[in-house]
Amino acid sequence: MIEVKNITKSFDGKTILHDVSARFFSGKTNLIIGQSGSGKTVLMKSIVGLVRPEKGEILYDGRDFLKMSDSQIKSLRQEIGMLFQGSALFDSETVLGNVMFPLRMFSKMTRGEMTDRARFCLERVNLAGAESKFPSEISGGMQKRVAIARAIALNPKYLFCDEPNSGLDPKTSILIDELLHDITHEYNITTIINTHDMNSVLGIGENIVFINKGHREWVGDRERIFTSSNEALNEFVFATRLFQEVKDYIISTGHARQRSTSAES
Amino acid sequence: MVLVKSLEQLGKYTLFLCKTFSIPDKWRTFFKRTVQEIIKLGVDSIPLVIVISLFIGAVITIQMQLNVTSPIIPAYSVGLATRDIVLLEFSNSILCLILAGKVGSNIASEIGTMRVTEQIDALDIMGVNSANFLVLPKIVAFVIFMPVLVVFCIGTSFVGGWGVAAFTDLISVSRYVYGMQAFFQEWYVWYGLIKSLFFAFIISSVASFFGYYVKGGALEVGKASTNAVVSSSILILLFDVVLTKLLLQ
Repeated sequence: MIEVKNITKSFDGKTILHDVSARFFSGKTNLIIGQSGSGKTVLMKSIVGLVRPEKGEILYDGRDFLKMSDSQIKSLRQEIGMLFQGSALFDSETVLGNVMFPLRMFSKMTRGEMTDRARFCLERVNLAGAESKFPSEISGGMQKRVAIARAIALNPKYLFCDEPNSGLDPKTSILIDELLHDITHEYNITTIINTHDMNSVLGIGENIVFINKGHREWVGDRERIFTSSNEALNEFVFATRLFQEVKDYIISTGHARQRSTSAES
Repeated sequence: MVLVKSLEQLGKYTLFLCKTFSIPDKWRTFFKRTVQEIIKLGVDSIPLVIVISLFIGAVITIQMQLNVTSPIIPAYSVGLATRDIVLLEFSNSILCLILAGKVGSNIASEIGTMRVTEQIDALDIMGVNSANFLVLPKIVAFVIFMPVLVVFCIGTSFVGGWGVAAFTDLISVSRYVYGMQAFFQEWYVWYGLIKSLFFAFIISSVASFFGYYVKGGALEVGKASTNAVVSSSILILLFDVVLTKLLLQ
């Protein structure tokens, strides 16, 4: 489990995160949602250590990240996998080379074992056969899957995904979401996904943290998100006409159910 | 304000070098990357060095012959002056100014692109010291290979000058070759090689620094590349003065 307590971060005198606290559970897909510029990327970067907050605690299974020594941070990093918005694959390496990279750097495996492990990870993301291709030769969705394979190569305990669906078509987005959800459950990983895609929220949102203007506004799951009374959350969730209609439907069926229940009684 | 900003940059550059000069995580990977960089930054620069040196060597010889003709100056002075100009300045300072454009922009744009596409963040997240992993092989490779480029430059410049003597009526080959050999000082060769090591370090480290701290997108990568070339060129000229004073006085 990852827990953040009272995280505060400013840039050039402007506070981006105000005393944000949240819990992210292992074996669950934890989503950080919010509008663009709300501070969710800064929160994720703070958790993984790319940005250092001025105040607060970041606990990885009770270990305070901000109080760790360099060597402790280095060993913790080997338990972390990250999927970047733009995939961040190494251009000079093939697909297989990208997945083997963390193994080459941190494992004591032989070359054969590394290749086997990398091939296994690629098969897990349904990319068997693309080993010899370079990142520039594959589609955006495939790049995302290669990045997932690279992120899970070292069997991470914590998986971070920054906007995994950005730039993808709806079908591929669902595929990526399902893959992240399955991997999370299969390996009991603490997965944190940064997104503003409502399809992802409904599909895999097992624990949702809503960030608004740098504040943690709401915490819940996909079942409760439609019935929340939080104004800022409603504004975010029902921004599109489709979801407004979904809300109307839920309310009407909810009312219908209420009516039928009272009639029965 | 400019002074404060410059000092800030100098401090940032020093911290960057401290991060870069640490023990590599995997020596095997480091050596492999260094060899790759030697090929990319050094071996691939040889054609450019040869073309430039050939023509500049020829031009120096022609200029010398046309401008130094006098009854009181011996004819072999053309070869002698060509040799000393090439050894003292062209094969190191001028060559490095040219390479600052080619190699410096290459390094800055490569590392800058890796920064804006989050590849450097990906390395950091994995626990890899990104500065050490990306930059150290470049610096080591370029510093190691620079003397080779200098030797290529010296040799090809002399061939360029010889070509002028051989294929034109400006100066005879025997006088040119005699001038080349007259009053030779071995230290001039070492002086050029020593200077080139400093310049190679400046080009590779400054370009890496500008690339590593790029923020933004493609436009900023281009700006960083330009800034890297300008800054390393100025530093080369500055260090040229300092090293000349130290090594030749």
